Amino acid sequence: MVQAIVFLPLLGAILAGLIALAGAHARNPSGDTVEHAHGHDGHGDHGHAHASHAHDDHGHDDHHAPAEPAAAGTAAAEFITTALLFVSAALSWITFVNVGFFKQDVLIHVLPWINSGDLQIAWSLRVDTLTAVMLVVVTTVSSLVHLYSVGYMDEDPHRPRFFAYLSLFTFAMLMLVTSDNLVQLFFGWEGVGLASYLLIGFWYQKPSANAAAIKAFVVNRVGDFGFALGIFAVFMMTSSIDLDTIFAAAPSLTGKTINFFGWHADALTLTCLLLFMGAMGKSAQFLLHTWLPDAMEGPTPVSALIHAATMVTAGVFMVARLSPLFELAPNAAAFVTLIGGTTAFFAATIGLVQNDIKRIVAYSTCSQLGYMFVAMGVGAYSVGMFHLFTHAFFKALLFLGSGSVIMAMHHEQDIRNMGGLKNKIPFTYWCMVIGTLALTGFPLTAGYFSKDAIIEAAFSGKNPFAIYAFAMTVIAAALTAFYSWRLIYKTFHGTPHDQHHYEAAHESPLVVLIPLGVLAIGSLAAGFAFKEFFAGHHVEAFFRESIKQGDILETMHSQTPFIVTWLPTVMLALGWGVAAYMYLLHPEIAPRLARQHQALYRFLLNKWYFDELYDLIFVRPALWLGRLLWKGGDGRVIDGFGPDGVTARVLDVTRSAMRLQSGYLYHYAFAMLIGAAAFITWFMFSGGAH
Amino acid sequence: MASWPILSVTIFLPIAGALFIALLRNDEAGARNARWVALWTTLITFAVSLQLVWNFDSGLSEFQFVEKHAWLGGFGTYHLGVDGISLPLVILTTAIMPICIGASWRSVRMMVREYMIAFLVLETLMVGTFCALDLVVFYLFFEGGLIPMFLIIGIWGGPRRVYATFKFFLYTLLGSVLMLLAIMAMYWESGTTDIATLLHHSFPREMQPWLWIAFFASFAVKLPMWPVHTWLPDAHVEAPTAGSVVLAAILLKLGGYGFLRFSLPMFPLASQDFTPFIFTLSVIAIVYTSLVAMVQDDMKKLIAYSSVAHMGFVTLGIFAATSQGVAGGVFQMVSHGVVSAALFLCVGVVYDRMHSREISTYGGLVNRMPVYAVVFLLFTLANVGLPGTSGFIGEFLSLLGTFRTNVVAATLATLGIILSACYALWLYRKIVFGRLEKPSLAVISDMGWREIVVFAPLIVLTLWLGFYPKPVLDVSAASVTALLDNYHHAVGAAQSAALVK
Repeated sequence: MVQAIVFLPLLGAILAGLIALAGAHARNPSGDTVEHAHGHDGHGDHGHAHASHAHDDHGHDDHHAPAEPAAAGTAAAEFITTALLFVSAALSWITFVNVGFFKQDVLIHVLPWINSGDLQIAWSLRVDTLTAVMLVVVTTVSSLVHLYSVGYMDEDPHRPRFFAYLSLFTFAMLMLVTSDNLVQLFFGWEGVGLASYLLIGFWYQKPSANAAAIKAFVVNRVGDFGFALGIFAVFMMTSSIDLDTIFAAAPSLTGKTINFFGWHADALTLTCLLLFMGAMGKSAQFLLHTWLPDAMEGPTPVSALIHAATMVTAGVFMVARLSPLFELAPNAAAFVTLIGGTTAFFAATIGLVQNDIKRIVAYSTCSQLGYMFVAMGVGAYSVGMFHLFTHAFFKALLFLGSGSVIMAMHHEQDIRNMGGLKNKIPFTYWCMVIGTLALTGFPLTAGYFSKDAIIEAAFSGKNPFAIYAFAMTVIAAALTAFYSWRLIYKTFHGTPHDQHHYEAAHESPLVVLIPLGVLAIGSLAAGFAFKEFFAGHHVEAFFRESIKQGDILETMHSQTPFIVTWLPTVMLALGWGVAAYMYLLHPEIAPRLARQHQALYRFLLNKWYFDELYDLIFVRPALWLGRLLWKGGDGRVIDGFGPDGVTARVLDVTRSAMRLQSGYLYHYAFAMLIGAAAFITWFMFSGGAH
Repeated sequence: MASWPILSVTIFLPIAGALFIALLRNDEAGARNARWVALWTTLITFAVSLQLVWNFDSGLSEFQFVEKHAWLGGFGTYHLGVDGISLPLVILTTAIMPICIGASWRSVRMMVREYMIAFLVLETLMVGTFCALDLVVFYLFFEGGLIPMFLIIGIWGGPRRVYATFKFFLYTLLGSVLMLLAIMAMYWESGTTDIATLLHHSFPREMQPWLWIAFFASFAVKLPMWPVHTWLPDAHVEAPTAGSVVLAAILLKLGGYGFLRFSLPMFPLASQDFTPFIFTLSVIAIVYTSLVAMVQDDMKKLIAYSSVAHMGFVTLGIFAATSQGVAGGVFQMVSHGVVSAALFLCVGVVYDRMHSREISTYGGLVNRMPVYAVVFLLFTLANVGLPGTSGFIGEFLSLLGTFRTNVVAATLATLGIILSACYALWLYRKIVFGRLEKPSLAVISDMGWREIVVFAPLIVLTLWLGFYPKPVLDVSAASVTALLDNYHHAVGAAQSAALVK
């Protein structure tokens, strides 16, 4: 059954990919056709049709104009991938029940992969509770996004390719979560990175999309650099990359050190920090977050699936998966808390002032991932997974809802041009409200249980940054409420700012609304239904050995003061109240504030100037260095003193000394031979004579 | 084991084909026949070489399919054989050659007969180099291989072909002369040129560094290692497509093979002493050439620089002298052989259409060439070392093996995985993505059947070795283990001797 869950999406991806390729090939003449039909003059027109794709590049989530007919087999590709995904999702829920409640863990060896000396890596599928949670998250959201995309991508001529990528992503993500060793985890890790790259750059004619795709891949690679080193370090210490072997060996590693560039680092701390660097990249944490907002160049369903619900949570999953290691490395765990808390706050501040509907939600994702890492850092792994689980529902809902708004507004993404849409698209409106309630932690919604549990866990945490993280997450709770309601008010309330678009706005088709409805139910119910298993009294029975369980949950339940449990709700009320005041009652306040605090406003609007900073300290120097090494190093120094220099000198010598002859190759070959002969003579007489 | 001289047949079959081509008439029909003869010769050679795989016992570390005949009155013997390190490279050579012939089918129109003869002779010499078990035979094959390569670049190359050939010659000559001297010194010291014997001969402590340096000079140039790499970009840029393919896929491997066959097992103490030096050069190669690759505006130059970086992983892994490192080095050689060959073929596909290697000539090709876009993407990802492609296995193993012995070198070298993503994806974006705006590209055609057939084996190999690298790893495992046991034994013995003193 697990094989079916994992490999059905791959099958779908391959079939849809073949359909896409066959379709694209049929529309473009190959070398053969040109060869056989010279003078056949259809090609010119064809190229022209392609080139004349007029886009309005306002950074919008724009579609291809329907100048191009849909690829042949589009319906088939959509049906195959979506149907296979739904099967996979259904099987995942069955597995979830089997594993979570009936304790039937699964471990399947598929094939040997890399065997070399003491390194033994196999392709294998491991399902314990932690994996089972991820399985249902991934396949559920993915199947809903597939369905949604049938409606959302309706005008795009390249749908088979799109669905192939979506299914490919799902496959890679499933390989990631079912991995039994670090290297297969890395395979899935980079595989989802590839799918993300392809999907962000799906509209390959847009330069901004291409740039964003490369940025996403490269920034993730920076994280993967750390991840890879972490794997090497683990292998160096334990001679294995299998999870169980590593966990068994880990306790004996405490106190060992690795000499890392002269720094005698604690082995486990260093390893965990390196591995966490991978998580920072994938989950867009502070310092490696810059790719996530740009990733919004991809189609909106992609943002919902990959950049909100699943892929970006892979880092959180990884820390939970490796919790036996992180438990033994308190300093690394403290660092995780620090980064998580910082990200939660930092991303929320940027979210306050953004105007692109998708970017607001993207920064919100970034911030919520910070929350999850705070939970991981203080050792409340199940609580972090709880937020990952509920977040998948309401964040996917918010993204897909935003997509529905964007569709209604004819690819307008700027919330300044929206307003008053409440009555035009009521279903979308109510879904968005539900998503926002869940995100901001309105009592009894999904986010209420999981987010509040994180804040309580941070309060109860023992590590040095726990209280910092507590403060950051509490403040971020207010900020979250503010920017989320700001989005709702500016989009759906007030007066329309663009009368033309407003008039034309229309509710989305059913195929788009059904996934919204399902996710809305999840956003309302997922917290209440599962709170005992993730953050309550059934945690141990539910997760068993799949994560390391400390005593933080007990501390949390017994020692959290009453005020702390209510603090998040108070912050919600505060943020919501201010948003309502500023955007519902007195819309003139916001611009005035922005004018009065120019510096702060620009600082936030420009995302703390991280892009500019990185451009200045990484991108430019690298290119400058590349040019310097090329022209200077290779050209002037190596060639100058090497072959070109030798040539020139030899030519000089031969010209002056032997005017009868003119520097042909064999001359300096001969000269060299003489030199070498002199060398060997010397060697024979000195070194060779003992 | 087969009763017929299977290695000799594999080596000399191409020569037989070349002789046959030489008899053909020098006209249009002769050219057409030359292509077919060359293709069939290389295909049959490949089929014959597959016999080696079937009959190879991967449990043994000794040389197999050994042939030994007296020759040159005792100074050298005609001694051939393969082990787990050379066999993958032999198969790589015989597999790449038909692809080279296929890739030259239409693009070479001048002196077709001579061109095909040059390639067939080259194949003989390359396979011979990997099979030779006698220093004299090895040297003849090793150096002889340069001649057809000079000709291929110098006759069928681009506008600056003379400069490129000349630079190539100058570098390799330096290495060759030193190696020849070292071979003579080895003969005087040990009284034999038989490689199998020399592998178990321990050269005196004082002599090893000199011999090591002499061999290093030759292998470092071939590989190429920084700073003697500057011939490679020029040679690649000027070489015809198939020339680049052979150069990248096979010729560069001679260096890595040499380190494994000679430097490490014959001069273990010197190898041990020089390891930090090799690590330094390898790390510089990886970081330096990756940075340089990022600013190229010629497709072939970019891929050539990336080749140098990728070969850096090979030297790193080999000299790490751990089982993962050496196995990774061997695997990386095979993988790079496939991937870089395919990348140069990708350049060839558009070069044949537009006659330009400038990156700025292209852009938006995906709109007209979807099949090409997919193929190029696959190999770009393999070049980036994405798991699931062969590129990952080689890089991962060699870095993993290196990390065990030298954390700093492995860490710095791992930076290469970031940089390779930068230059490779940037190149792909510039060539393939974007809108098709340049009028000259408006009628460019997608890959035809001949081209797809040429690429198909490379695609299969890249994915197969990425998901299931076991065949290559298993073939080399026993030999790698034996090599390392001897190496560590020698080094350990020397260390304990030093302690006793």
